[in-house]
Amino acid sequence: MVNTLKGQYGSGIREANSYLGQNYMVVEPSIVSELLQILRDREQFDYCVDFTAVHYPEREKQFDLIWILYSFARNERIRVKALIADGESVPSAVSIWATANWLEREVYDMFGIRFDGHPDLKRILMPDGWKGHPLRKDYGIIQQDQEWVRANLGIESGQ
Amino acid sequence: MGAGQPGDRERPIIMTDRTITDPKTADPTRFLSHLELDQPDKTFLDSNELVINMGPQHPATHGVLRVILKLDGEQVLGTECVIGYLHRGVEKIAENRTYTMFNPYVDRMDYVAAVSNGLGYCEAVEKLLNVEAPPRAKYIRVILTELNRLASHQLWLGTHALDIGAMTPLFYTFRDREEILKIFEKYCGARLTTHAFRIGGCQYETYEGFERDVIKFLDFVPPKIDEYEELLTTNRIWLERTKNVGVISKADAIALGVTGPVLRASGVKWDLRKAQPYAAYSDFDFEIPTGANGDTYDRYTVRMEEMRQSLRIIRQAVGKIPEGPIMAKVPKVMKPPVGEVYHSIEAPKGELGYFIVSDGSTQPYRVRVRPPSFVNLQALDIMVRGALVADVIAVIGTLDIVLGEVDR
Repeated sequence: MVNTLKGQYGSGIREANSYLGQNYMVVEPSIVSELLQILRDREQFDYCVDFTAVHYPEREKQFDLIWILYSFARNERIRVKALIADGESVPSAVSIWATANWLEREVYDMFGIRFDGHPDLKRILMPDGWKGHPLRKDYGIIQQDQEWVRANLGIESGQ
Repeated sequence: MGAGQPGDRERPIIMTDRTITDPKTADPTRFLSHLELDQPDKTFLDSNELVINMGPQHPATHGVLRVILKLDGEQVLGTECVIGYLHRGVEKIAENRTYTMFNPYVDRMDYVAAVSNGLGYCEAVEKLLNVEAPPRAKYIRVILTELNRLASHQLWLGTHALDIGAMTPLFYTFRDREEILKIFEKYCGARLTTHAFRIGGCQYETYEGFERDVIKFLDFVPPKIDEYEELLTTNRIWLERTKNVGVISKADAIALGVTGPVLRASGVKWDLRKAQPYAAYSDFDFEIPTGANGDTYDRYTVRMEEMRQSLRIIRQAVGKIPEGPIMAKVPKVMKPPVGEVYHSIEAPKGELGYFIVSDGSTQPYRVRVRPPSFVNLQALDIMVRGALVADVIAVIGTLDIVLGEVDR
């Protein structure tokens, strides 16, 4: 599978490897949308298990985006990873897997990454008016949006 | 790719039925999670549309879930879930704790199935550390996890039936669930947030008489399950309220990433315990119950059968718990090598996954929890559109969500 994809995309697939028996590939963000579509349609990865991100503030491309896919027919998992910079957006995968809807909203909420073509990109776990994205590494563990807390809860701090 | 998985022996043959015409999820514009509430309603004057709030404080939402319902009379035109009321930032906390310190936190996500949460986390870190729990620990883990699955299903049945209007099952299930909690209490001192397992195995040896207690329970509970079924399975009101309510097709369930009993009730014979066995599950015989219609009634029968299958697994396990150590050799200060791992287990609600990134230090760089309740809740909208308000209650119950896990 990887060879066919490599033949098709060449250097777009930067790495295809396995760690602790788990397969993953690192790809260019420009091809990721097309690749996910192919993985679902041609390679039968019809179940998008999870989608998440990891923040590396010291890197130039600060975010790892990770799609974890599973194929019922093959009984196999694969992780697709793409690196993007802060402020960069990626095409939404909602039209590929409907489940990406809430998962992308959560990534937007927690990391501030935007998804083009998402039907309803807004916060999901944090309140709508909240400032800041809590899972970024520069967001402190007891940090809060004091203004929001004051306005909505009528107290100085939740801590 | 295509490396043999440990589960090849009994590889489930499931296939996505691509012939189902027109799954609701195929066209995302028809499947929107939002109601465009901020749009001025052009037809307001002669419209029967009504927007109402259900929750966040509502006994039938099983926690602090707020559902905005758009109604035409009694009919549901659309829903939007507002969640996050119980958000505690578990994933953020994980980044600021050591691997061992984070272990008790996972119990607080799905707090009615704390043992499963702990199993998933411990196994994920073990994978990262490249250690394996000793066989004796694995058996203890299987027994406790299956007991917990039963407890979780009992709690689900009691509350779900209560929501629909049947009060008796609640008392029956809570009475019998108590016996499981007693075993947990005797084993580790806690009843709900048990923190039963440690990375590398189990902290506690089984107590004197553990096997006897478990076997006593195995003999005690099957007639009780029959009793629940007697109350409900052929009950006319129960049938009316659950048959053809909250139907979700196989294709939609897969597209929405729904897992666990909800997916199986839609006809997908898939269970991680069989598909990719973990702990000691490959040693036991059990069936994966499935449904055909994907409605609330099928999800009920699937879970009822799962309870019996859990008992079957426990019975096989308790008779042959191997002797030996219960802890593998793990360093006191855990520093897993740099790398990423995803490990998931079949929790009572569905696929519970942990994606852990290690940077080689004592604290995880990132822990992502893939919560089954969160993903399953997303299917609520598709399941209740066109149904009645009362069916929303039934569907929330049948999804078996725990808000602690939805919001984390």
